[in-house]
Amino acid sequence: MGARRILITGVATHWGGALARALEADPGIETIVGVDREDPVVELERTEFVRMGPHHRLLERIVRAAAIDTVVDTRLTVDSAFAGARAAHENNVIATAELLAACSSADAPPALVFKSSAHWYGCNQDDPAYFTEDMARRHPPRTALERDIVEAEAAVAAYAERHPGCAVAVLRFANVLGPGLRTSHTDVLGLPAVPAILGFDPRCQFIHEDDVVGVLAHAANGGLHGVFNAAADGVLAWSEVAGLLGKLPAPVLAPWGTGLSAAALRPLGIRIPPEMLRQLRFGRALDNRTLKATGYRYRFTTREAVLKLREHRPLRSRAGEPYRYEREVEEFLRRSPAVRGALAAAGPEVRRLERESAFDALEAEEVVAVLDALDAPSLRALRAHEAANAARPRLLAAIDALIADG
Amino acid sequence: MADRPSTTRRSAPGAPAVRVDLRGQLPALEPERHVSDWGRSERVESLVDRTAGEFLYRLWFRVAVEGIEHVPARGGALLVSNHAGALPPDALMIAKAIREEHPAPRPLYLTAEHVFKGYPGLSMLLAKVGAVPAHPANVQRLLWDEQQLVLTFPEGRMGTAKLYKDRYRLRRFGRGGFAQAAMRARAPIVPVAVVGAEEAQPVFAHLRVLERLTGLPAVPLTPTFPLLGPLGALAYLPAKFTIRFLEPIATDTLGDAPWEDQVLVQSVAHDVRARIQDELDDMLAARGSVWLG
Repeated sequence: MGARRILITGVATHWGGALARALEADPGIETIVGVDREDPVVELERTEFVRMGPHHRLLERIVRAAAIDTVVDTRLTVDSAFAGARAAHENNVIATAELLAACSSADAPPALVFKSSAHWYGCNQDDPAYFTEDMARRHPPRTALERDIVEAEAAVAAYAERHPGCAVAVLRFANVLGPGLRTSHTDVLGLPAVPAILGFDPRCQFIHEDDVVGVLAHAANGGLHGVFNAAADGVLAWSEVAGLLGKLPAPVLAPWGTGLSAAALRPLGIRIPPEMLRQLRFGRALDNRTLKATGYRYRFTTREAVLKLREHRPLRSRAGEPYRYEREVEEFLRRSPAVRGALAAAGPEVRRLERESAFDALEAEEVVAVLDALDAPSLRALRAHEAANAARPRLLAAIDALIADG
Repeated sequence: MADRPSTTRRSAPGAPAVRVDLRGQLPALEPERHVSDWGRSERVESLVDRTAGEFLYRLWFRVAVEGIEHVPARGGALLVSNHAGALPPDALMIAKAIREEHPAPRPLYLTAEHVFKGYPGLSMLLAKVGAVPAHPANVQRLLWDEQQLVLTFPEGRMGTAKLYKDRYRLRRFGRGGFAQAAMRARAPIVPVAVVGAEEAQPVFAHLRVLERLTGLPAVPLTPTFPLLGPLGALAYLPAKFTIRFLEPIATDTLGDAPWEDQVLVQSVAHDVRARIQDELDDMLAARGSVWLG
């Protein structure tokens, strides 16, 4: 038995869209309905999309009419650097209340999967090394975002209490890393040196974006009831994370007046939200074993999640040639079905040719900018290809220089 | 399941608690790493061990170890010791004694008050050499889930704040939290008596005014601190150390859920304290000289 008619709220968010795509591949799921205020950011095949705000009357009609048996809520705002306090409150508290009201007034209250965050635990000096799901908060929330998340979870707990027959899974996710994702953490780890608080080397734990979708899909398939921590195996020291990315930790934040020194970094375009500042001091890790005991297997450890991030970061340029990050070019090479599809379907030979024809369409300058990402054999192949076709001297010279460099 | 201790977990808000053993779900080790999930660093630890540890253990304190066979070769065990000195060297010496003398050396985790997490530098260093905040959940995970050795000083700050005139008089052992933790984890308690630490860094008085001004938990007056500046806090007198590991006290034969029985918890705590105190008295009576043993 499992959930067969699923409603995804927040389908326009990164997670809502990714989950919808993952569930579309499961033939056992009969119907997927996605609702959001805006259009989904990903191409959806059989998910039915309804554009609407979080109004409980409208939601309730959809739940009732489509005979929804599971609602997966993916909307929660968990990064205060990317949303104003007001918008975050609207989304996390008010819209959650609307959603729960809609579920409560349906004929058969649907099962609920609520995507929450480890920010629920906060981050304090007297924290245990690993939070387990049964630990209560010992301190009042310290930031506006934490307060909102605690309030939202309290509302979900009340829903679970009112509907004892209904499976309610609350998933508390650790900080997410992934190449397809932009968060405060990926921003900070993308800097040339990784900011740290002087004299602190906190423990930190992440979860890879694929695992977030995996856990959501695992929960959407039913059977989970209760609170579950979702975080990858392994806890790293912050200096270790920097090391894995090939960077140095830069203790640019003062141990006292940390908020002020973080504010001083703002003009440089470095935004460190208050939740992350606390984590940079005390660290945080979750005990992920309860979820593992339900049968979920993580695809990546924390270390592997960090390494994945490194693989997808632009490589550093060689001396004298400043690296130009061309978002569209990188996106195309890494994500386009033409490149990736070929990778899956055909051997390396075809993949290389595909890549090369992609190069033909680009300006010489653009190709030079991404040359650093290639290994020696690909460079030689590209050199031959270029010489046989367009033979742009600027490009040939650049490739020769790189091959000579080794 | 009958004699297996287990953790209690809430399955849902308001739902009855279920007992599950999650030890099978512990993360696998990643051999490429040099830092453990607790933040312990092989490199820093072996550096401290090869320099300060080696010097203090062999030359400065000339540590004598007795009863090392009482430290179990495998399984979780809680080592409980007396505590002394402004910046206590006893933890480092006990860890070193196990590494040097034990037939199957094992890492030793040290519980430290979470206050240390708030100090820049110290928070980094202590975690790297194996200190964990003294939280019941941490001790449970180390003793039961990971089956490690944990060292704790139940006197806590009262032990290090004790003046020279009160040396080797054990302070009270808190509320017996350490005994509760060992019972929950079904881990034996190994009492440890250490002689020498009190003389290595005698505390003559506490400078309360400086405490208030600096916000430090203690500013003691020792022979070298604050006379020689901050580094004076690390200067020890070369007292002869004797570390004696006593016979383990089993906690898995005390019935079902003994940690809920406050009377039993207190009596075990008192028993451990009395054993260490008796042993200290014997060792002091047998000691000829503070410096030569």
